[in-house]
Amino acid sequence: MAYSDKVLDHYENPRNVGTLDKNDPTVGTGMVGAPACGDVMKLQIKVNEAGVIEDAKFKTYGCGSAIASSSLVTEWIKGKTLDQVMEIKNSDIAEELALPPVKIHCSVLAEDAIRAAVADLKAKQGNTQEAA
Amino acid sequence: MTVHTPIYLDYSATTPTDPRVAEKMIPFLTEHFGNPASRSHPFGWTAEKAVENAREEVAKLVNADPREIVWTSGATESNNLAIKGAANFYSGKGKHIVTIQTEHKAVLDAVRELERVGFEATYLAPEPNGLVDIEKFRAALRPDTVLASVMLVNNEIGVVQDIEALGNICREQGIIFHVDAAQATGKVNIDLEKLPVDLMSFSAHKTYGPKGIGALYVRRKPRVRLEAQMHGGGHERGLRSGTLATHQIVGMGEAFRIAREEMDLENARIRRLRDRLLTGLQEIDEVYVNGDMKQRVPHNLNISFNFVEGESLIMAVKDIAVSSGSACTSASLEPSYVLRALGRSDELAHSSIRFSIGRFTTEEEIDYTINLMKSKIGKLRELSPLWEMHLEGVDLSKVEWAAH
Repeated sequence: MAYSDKVLDHYENPRNVGTLDKNDPTVGTGMVGAPACGDVMKLQIKVNEAGVIEDAKFKTYGCGSAIASSSLVTEWIKGKTLDQVMEIKNSDIAEELALPPVKIHCSVLAEDAIRAAVADLKAKQGNTQEAA
Repeated sequence: MTVHTPIYLDYSATTPTDPRVAEKMIPFLTEHFGNPASRSHPFGWTAEKAVENAREEVAKLVNADPREIVWTSGATESNNLAIKGAANFYSGKGKHIVTIQTEHKAVLDAVRELERVGFEATYLAPEPNGLVDIEKFRAALRPDTVLASVMLVNNEIGVVQDIEALGNICREQGIIFHVDAAQATGKVNIDLEKLPVDLMSFSAHKTYGPKGIGALYVRRKPRVRLEAQMHGGGHERGLRSGTLATHQIVGMGEAFRIAREEMDLENARIRRLRDRLLTGLQEIDEVYVNGDMKQRVPHNLNISFNFVEGESLIMAVKDIAVSSGSACTSASLEPSYVLRALGRSDELAHSSIRFSIGRFTTEEEIDYTINLMKSKIGKLRELSPLWEMHLEGVDLSKVEWAAH
């Protein structure tokens, strides 16, 4: 399979690989996909008091396109607010990386990972606010 | 010594034509271009002589009579001719066929085609080590079974089936026994005078011969009959019409002659390289060998690397030419049906690599491969959330995944 240069670049030099403390109340964790389907993405975001994502980390088990899609979104979401990142569409990711049709599901998964991380963070913060 | 990449470790897919073979072939394209079927002039006689010499060489490697060798275009055609030809010829006796789930597609799809025209088939599952259980095989045979087909050496995992035991059962019950030996020539000893096999398929290009040529062994005593699948000028005693490809046949003959003379030495050298590769790769955590290690050709090593995904693995190891258990180019990810038949999980089937070693593999190439695998598996696991969970002690089989 021929990969675009952008996919190869993210695959060879993935950005923001790593793990944030999932128990930190300012960290949201999204884990999507399943090993049997061939891809699992874990995306973590850390927000500051202004509600802006100041750090993002990922780990992905998956093909080159899945790794590239998750690496790309960590770059895109840093410095954005939660509302802004919810506007990122899988088609934006697919277009940026020039994903072929059989790899569109990788971009869908990356979009799902953003939503899952945001949902996790909101659930956590909702709980803290209620407790306070 | 420097290593040139990509390193070829896919000898089970195909082998380079041995230079000695290529050299022998060339005059039969230019000077000795005659049609072996031309009986009326020396051009034909020269070609016919070369074809018959090659037939003898092929027969010698497997201890058969040259008159039992029929030229075909390759093992796929041999398998089709054997399976469809025998099943159709003997269909008056019954319409049931037994084969194994891990056979090559050329066998499985030929049997499927027979199912479409009214035959019944049993696809027997192998044991988790890839070998066929003799008693399960016996139990799968029925009074109306006319044909059984079992490969000698598996193309993906290199396991060697006990053809003698399986053939004896078929003999007892009067069932035609076909064996696909495409991956076996030059790797294991084949003695068709002793083996209870009726039909055996061969390929040249897996044994350092050219592509596009193969042969089918058709036993004479007791005589096995086939319905021809290719009709025409009545070549090969009517079993396979079509002008003989003299240069290809000469190449196959020479390749099989070299295999006969050199296989003992060559296999010992290849076994040392394979064991070196295995020892090196086993220094990596969470690796699983697929297929039995004892009843196996020395050329093959099929290993699954847990917690890395198959396609990214293939991308990572582009410096070596190997085959993967994952068919990633298709829209639906389809793991190797051979590994699935052994009961491997989808994940392990996807993350498998078949290393196949051959005549021109060097120790330096093996060492390069070990180092490459260690570094790339390390890098991919660094990226893998599954590896992280594994290190944290999470049982991945108990996780509820958000399937999509």
